[in-house]
Amino acid sequence: MKKKVLSVMLSVAMVASLLAGCGNGASGEAATSETTTEAASNEDAAAETAEGGTFKIGGIGPLTGGAAVYGIAEKNGIQIAVDEINANGGINGMQVELNFQDDELDAEKSVNAYNSLKDWGMQVLAGCVTSACSIAVSDKTAADNMFQITPSGSAVDCVATDNAFRICFSDPNQGIASAQYIGENGLASKVAVIYDSSDVYSSGIYEKFATEAANQPFEIVAAEAFTADNKTDFSVQIQKAQDAGADLVFLPIYYTEASLILTQAKSMGFETKFFGCDGLDGILDVENFDTAVAEGVMLLTPFAADAEDEMTKKFVETYKEKFGETPNQFAADGYDTVYTIKAAAEKAGVTADMSVSDICEAIKGVMTEISVDGLTGEGITWTADGEPSKAPKAVVIKDGAYAAM
Amino acid sequence: MSFLSYLANGISLGSVYALIALGYSMVYGIAKMLNFAHGDVIMIGGYVVFVGVSNMGVHPLLAILISMVVCTILGVTIERVAYKPLRGASPLAVLITAIGVSYLLQNIALLIFGSDTKAFTNVVTLPNLSLFDGKLVISSVTIVTIVVSIVIMIGLTLFVNKTKAGRAMTAVSEDKGAAQLMGINVNGTIALTFAIGSSLAAVAGVLLCSAYPSLTPYTGSMPGIKAFVAAVFGGIGSIPGAFIGGILLGVIENLSKAYISSQLSDAIVFSVLIIVLLVKPTGILGKNIQEKV
Repeated sequence: MKKKVLSVMLSVAMVASLLAGCGNGASGEAATSETTTEAASNEDAAAETAEGGTFKIGGIGPLTGGAAVYGIAEKNGIQIAVDEINANGGINGMQVELNFQDDELDAEKSVNAYNSLKDWGMQVLAGCVTSACSIAVSDKTAADNMFQITPSGSAVDCVATDNAFRICFSDPNQGIASAQYIGENGLASKVAVIYDSSDVYSSGIYEKFATEAANQPFEIVAAEAFTADNKTDFSVQIQKAQDAGADLVFLPIYYTEASLILTQAKSMGFETKFFGCDGLDGILDVENFDTAVAEGVMLLTPFAADAEDEMTKKFVETYKEKFGETPNQFAADGYDTVYTIKAAAEKAGVTADMSVSDICEAIKGVMTEISVDGLTGEGITWTADGEPSKAPKAVVIKDGAYAAM
Repeated sequence: MSFLSYLANGISLGSVYALIALGYSMVYGIAKMLNFAHGDVIMIGGYVVFVGVSNMGVHPLLAILISMVVCTILGVTIERVAYKPLRGASPLAVLITAIGVSYLLQNIALLIFGSDTKAFTNVVTLPNLSLFDGKLVISSVTIVTIVVSIVIMIGLTLFVNKTKAGRAMTAVSEDKGAAQLMGINVNGTIALTFAIGSSLAAVAGVLLCSAYPSLTPYTGSMPGIKAFVAAVFGGIGSIPGAFIGGILLGVIENLSKAYISSQLSDAIVFSVLIIVLLVKPTGILGKNIQEKV
């Protein structure tokens, strides 16, 4: 009898865990269908004026998980752009529908998300948010000949296929630009680097940074790596940087590890300058993180929320109103992505009844001809390789907020 | 000077491993099962303190006590629900169940707290120790972790060897059937083992998160595996062995990071483990137990 009771309990526990798993999935789905209905209701409102049908844009990114800050910001940025475009008559008279799927920063889940978006009828992919996922999905988009434009997938291989473009800087560009910025502004003479050798984003930036450093008036005195399995204890890396007398530490990594490095450096009594790339964006949003530790940290990013131009001001205002926080560069990347799709689709004369492959061919053909004035740069142009050309901006963390330098 | 600093940081990391390994080793020694969920109990312990201190403003010491109570209840419940019904089953079945419990706890934490990284507030507010005119700074968390590990190790050793309940544990670990015939409550003893192991996990969680202040539902899994390695390294089942194994593992890891390669440190650590096990299969302090066939 006792055994029976226990086995019943066990099976209840099992079912509960199964349900817990499903619960997650279901809430994800609910969130997606919400966005779709939102887009749909927008569509209804504008249906009388729009005769051109609908244009379905899919998005993929981490809405939960270690890089959720990126995915959520990007989704919000994309949403704002889509709403604006729909309110102003859409693309070529087509209303835009958005479906953004969660990939939890997992390449496999990203491919699954891509497949479900395809079932939904996606015509253009605005994704993925992160490099590894973007690369995984670009194999699929190339096979389907679906136009893909990643807002923030910065690894070289993200645009390796000729249907793929990006909005952000590539890793090599970030590495070169960082080295040039540090050198030209005389920020340091001895630089230490701490990077994640198991991550394509981080090691990609580091390699180009090291190459470019040879041409700059500073030397790299320490280059220390860590791996995904070993990313809590940075005492050795910090110690080595300190022993080498580095007056600046370059952190081409994501914000979660960076927050740990900053905290540990402080507790070890290592006072120095820190410089990072767009991966550091989001560090101020880590729950319960003591932002005082990040004071003075510099990062290279294409977007500063306190910029004075009309477009940024309007975007920041709308974003704050809708989502209650200050947008980061990922939100801006997402916003620019949609407007880039719009510019290209209008130039190419894309219509709703075209097949996915035809849309891709048409847009690809005009990508090198368009020029977009976006939040992340003025007059952005693209090469046929999929690389954007624009100038980087540096921001510094001051009083717990990003400020232009 | 930097060598001393690497050594100190290695000991600090090692003492966290040691603290976790104590829980692993004790449960293995008495219940003869690998409790892979131990690392995740640590994570739960960390979250309880995080919620207490950061969200509810409870005093850190009180939060640690609450966390110990929660983890104890959790540990005993896991034992009752998941492991006890399998006491007669093959060790493999229990092992798989433990892995299942580990994933269950991770996913529960994922549902409740979400997967965003939480920055843990350091509960150790003592000043750092500064030696040789500030050339060598040892953080207070390091010192507290080492002291706590040593105290717990001595406490556990005394408990197991000197008290009646502890002796009962030794008896159960040697022969469950004979212990029962001698009038020892085997189920009670194993439950007590889980209770102690889990409350240690809460302490380990607090110190782990204080030293490396980031908390996610997966925080416990990698240190858990490393601590398991430490326990095997030192001789699983042996309490001082777990301590020595943990410290050694931390020191080897940090020194190989410092002097050989920061990328290969894990590979080196595990190579050392393989060599030790080839030379001495029972670990550093493990006893050679002759199994009767």
